[in-house]
Amino acid sequence: MFKVKIYINLKEGVADPQGATIKHALDSIGYQKIGKVKTGKYLQLELDMHDKNKAREQIEDMCQKILVNPVIENYEYQIEEIK
Amino acid sequence: MRFGVIMFPGSNCDYDCWWAIKEVTGEEVDFIWHKEENITGFDCIVLPGGFSYGDYLRTGAIARFSPIMKKVKEFAERGGLVVGICNGFQILLEAGFLPGAMRKNKHLLFICKYIHLRVENPHTAFTNLCKKGQILRIPIAHFEGNYYATPDTLSTLQKKSQIIFRYCNKEGEITDEVNPNGSLDAIAGVCNERGNILGMMPHPERSCESILGSEDGKLIWKSIVTSLKRIKK
Repeated sequence: MFKVKIYINLKEGVADPQGATIKHALDSIGYQKIGKVKTGKYLQLELDMHDKNKAREQIEDMCQKILVNPVIENYEYQIEEIK
Repeated sequence: MRFGVIMFPGSNCDYDCWWAIKEVTGEEVDFIWHKEENITGFDCIVLPGGFSYGDYLRTGAIARFSPIMKKVKEFAERGGLVVGICNGFQILLEAGFLPGAMRKNKHLLFICKYIHLRVENPHTAFTNLCKKGQILRIPIAHFEGNYYATPDTLSTLQKKSQIIFRYCNKEGEITDEVNPNGSLDAIAGVCNERGNILGMMPHPERSCESILGSEDGKLIWKSIVTSLKRIKK
């Protein structure tokens, strides 16, 4: 059994108005030295599989087919073995 | 002509489309549940606006896997006319029927208001009763209508006249101030290369009667009927 953590981010160059708004808020509250802020999505799911390579294959497939929009988003993921 | 309006769980402009087609345009129309697997006998398929699947994951991302979408794909491949309005447009993008993607509006607001649109290409099945440069007054109502495409895709859309509508002011000028959501190149509607699939963020079904503030939306429905009659001759 695996626990999968998927991080989805907007691609470089795709406007991120939420990130810009959060940065603006941080600046105006008085926090110093805030650079670019980017928002993204975090998904966590369990996979009842034993073969890590097969699990990777399935995660890639799920990301490309539905979880991520490849026109505007990038993704990365971590797999942890759980009992 | 017989129109089919698809109902996804969370569609909420389905009855408005039904009304605009049946009562205003005077054509036949039926609802199609998204689990339906048969869409024979229709001349035009409409994907209405709303919040299919609660907009979860991404707008349109889950609806595109509804069983009906396979049939819509086959229908479009045979040359059938498909119109996606608002959430319907988002579904067509997610399904890859149209190029590009939607982002959240630039000011992070849900915008519901009348805007002006300029008809960029009147030589389509959806705009043949319009003139080039004609200004239409049609409302928008969305949070994610900020159209994006890669530079290559944008240049193809421009070269092949696939940009059908752009946001403008009432004089027809396109400026940043009148681009309500930050869309690339002020794009409000695009079609596929073949010209039989249209996606648009504004709602023509909400602007077909003067009591609602504009009748300009009728031009879209009547253009479709005109082109279907030509095809059927």
